[in-house]
Amino acid sequence: MALLDVNDLSVTFARRGQRTVHAVDGVSFSVDAGEVVGLVGESGCGKSVTSMAIMGLLPRRPGTRIGGTAVFDGTDLLGLDDRARRDIRGRDVAMIFQDPLSSLNPVIPIGLQVTEVLARHRGMTGDTARKEAVGLLDRVGIPDPNRRLKEYPHQLSGGMRQRALIAMAVACRPRLLIADEPTTALDVTIQAQILELLKELVQESGTALVMITHDLGVVAGMCDSINVLYAGRVVETARRRPLFRTPRHPYTAGLLGSVPRLDSGRGEPLNPIPGSVRDVLSWPEGCAFAPRCSRRLDACLDETPPLVRTHDGRSYRCVDPVPLPGVVPAQAGQPGTPSPERNEEETRD
Amino acid sequence: MTDNDILVEVRDLKVHFPIKRGVLFDRTIGHVKAVDGVDLRIPRGQTYGLVGESGCGKSTLGRALLQLTAPTGGEVVFDGVELTTLPPARLRAMRRRMQMIFQDPMSSLDPRQNVESILTEGLQTHGIGGNRDERRALIGEALDKVGLPRWALSRYPHEFSGGQRQRIGIARAVVLGPELIVADEPVSALDVSIQAQVVNLLDELQESLGLTYLVIAHDLAVVRHISDTVGVMYLGALVEEAPSDRLYTEPLHPYTRALMSAVPVPDPDVEDRRERILLAGDLPSPANPPAGCRFHTRCPWAQPTRCADERPVLRDIGGSRVACHWAERIASEELRPNHAGAGVTRASDGGEAPESVPIPAPTVKADSTDG
Ligand SMILES: Nc1ncnc2c1ncn2[C@@H]1O[C@H](COP(=O)(O)OP(=O)(O)OP(=O)(O)O)[C@@H](O)[C@H]1O
Ligand SMILES: Nc1ncnc2c1ncn2[C@@H]1O[C@H](COP(=O)(O)OP(=O)(O)O)[C@@H](O)[C@H]1O
Ligand code: SF4
Ligand SMILES: [Mg+2]
Ligand SMILES: [Mg+2]
Repeated sequence: MALLDVNDLSVTFARRGQRTVHAVDGVSFSVDAGEVVGLVGESGCGKSVTSMAIMGLLPRRPGTRIGGTAVFDGTDLLGLDDRARRDIRGRDVAMIFQDPLSSLNPVIPIGLQVTEVLARHRGMTGDTARKEAVGLLDRVGIPDPNRRLKEYPHQLSGGMRQRALIAMAVACRPRLLIADEPTTALDVTIQAQILELLKELVQESGTALVMITHDLGVVAGMCDSINVLYAGRVVETARRRPLFRTPRHPYTAGLLGSVPRLDSGRGEPLNPIPGSVRDVLSWPEGCAFAPRCSRRLDACLDETPPLVRTHDGRSYRCVDPVPLPGVVPAQAGQPGTPSPERNEEETRD
Repeated sequence: MTDNDILVEVRDLKVHFPIKRGVLFDRTIGHVKAVDGVDLRIPRGQTYGLVGESGCGKSTLGRALLQLTAPTGGEVVFDGVELTTLPPARLRAMRRRMQMIFQDPMSSLDPRQNVESILTEGLQTHGIGGNRDERRALIGEALDKVGLPRWALSRYPHEFSGGQRQRIGIARAVVLGPELIVADEPVSALDVSIQAQVVNLLDELQESLGLTYLVIAHDLAVVRHISDTVGVMYLGALVEEAPSDRLYTEPLHPYTRALMSAVPVPDPDVEDRRERILLAGDLPSPANPPAGCRFHTRCPWAQPTRCADERPVLRDIGGSRVACHWAERIASEELRPNHAGAGVTRASDGGEAPESVPIPAPTVKADSTDG
């Protein structure tokens, strides 16, 4: 069993006088120790709600419903009481947010925030904790860590704050780290530093990393396997190479066709997905992507496409997936039969 | 190229913002040199892309070019007319020909105005279109050009998606019949699938209307895609300028190389083989830029001589303009990156010697394995 097993997670927000929002709708994925799993998708597709639900950070409101399970090392995180959850959070499970300011305490110096974590989770005090904190800040690439320990969050640049936050997340050597758009607000050169750090953490400490991002480039460089989300559902799951080489869900293929690549030339036309995420079916059945999908069939509008699992461990929710190259297009509703050599390549990664 | 082909020329442009301190007396205690001596030319009908990290002065340069921020020094020549010394009335008349598109379509559109009133405003300011019907016709054409339906006219900005709002912003510029459009981060607030729609729209409009663009963006892939020439800024100055394709295949300035190598490419094969030049530390403050080469505090190739005390000027090197003392010797690999303070990493395997090309040619077979 994987270190974290999220099964059929769903989150709905109901507000009086407003339509109920299915922010997350039956999301399942798992992460092993030392593995990086990506959740990728566009704004509003449910990435943050997924991670907040797993971490138990969604505000408890009458209209908020959480379903499914998120089993971490034998314990369902969703069933924990506050105390048990606080205990596990920080020690075994940590999270990095997109906006580091919101998760740092503005009136406490960085150093104290790091040593507090060390005291709470690793029982370090005094000079030992201080030395460890300096070492951590140094390791995350904060120049002059001795001086920085005394500074407050607002005195650090955005990149520096994000690194301080990573230092705190690393401080307790979490077995699971959830990083929600950890580099989106940062410049690319700083992003490169931070991604490198996260990779080191995974390789050296065997941390399981859930990497949440909208950036397909980041995913291509970081993740072992990837879940593509659209409108609260996982529409495709695959290992890294097969996903990029032969996307099966039309949304995944559409995303890949839309991004300009640094290594493609001036003026090569992009192939955008028509419409926008706001175009949804006016009834809840059917594939949420159908209004924008070029492969849409009548069947797509009738019911939620079932999850198709192929022998090589990938899966997608699509009635008429993009055919694999060299494969006779499948009948609607049936997955295509990959040719033998394709097969080998697919399973390689 | 004759001078007639140049629509915009910027000469030694400077924008210094005073840093004020004090309660009773606003004492100026220094200056943020947001733009500090930029020269560039944009040929008519072409796109000049400006890239660089946040705070390097891209937006300030764009605003100073349009005279929306008063330059501290230097000249801006638009279609043969020097703008910085132009009397206000004549400048106002020129304004119609130079328009701007902003990053966040929501905050740049007045939420209380419907689309028709947003688009009418500029026409009235510039006295275009004699009566309501004429203006309506112009507005209708602008909507067609940006791909918005007529019913949009009576709607308000919040009723549109981000991509549609950006189209409204583009329509607001296009309706005035401008020659130059300065687009500041036109797609960075948009989702990937919507970005491509807007990028394609900008391309189409350029083609059909003969527009000249200055596109400011931090996303290098977007800039490469739409620009003919790209300028790379660091701390208020251009460090390299080259034709788009050349900049990406043969980056010469160490900062350009670092920037290129840091951009993630959505292709696992490319990602696994690339060399990443990691820069140490953060951007120094533009209020107190380093002496000599402004990049020397982070430059992996910085040399003991010249870099720390002599500011490199832009020089022509085989079709690019580069501000680095050692560009040729870095390109020929005679000089290697020092590992002190900055690192060069390869993705999956550590064994091979680093390559000098940030993105290896796609023909090389990948043999790395993961997991
Ligand atoms: N507390 C809440 N009450 C009601 N709706 C909510 C709440 N939080 C999130 N949502 C809705 O849930 C959906 C998913 O939101 P979420 O923040 O997870 O998106 P995301 O994928 O993280 O997007 P982004 O890339 O913009 O961060 C959205 O439609 C959002 O408006
Ligand atoms: N009106 C202003 N007053 C003072 N400083 C400013 C002003 N506008 C910009 N700056 C400063 O000038 C520098 C360049 O800013 P900007 O041009 O916005 O950068 P970019 O667009 O490249 O992110 C930054 O240090 C910024 O803080
Ligand atoms: S002049 Fe020196 S410090 Fe500046 S970019 Fe060139 S090598 Fe680096
Ligand atoms: Mg989010
Ligand atoms: Mg800007």
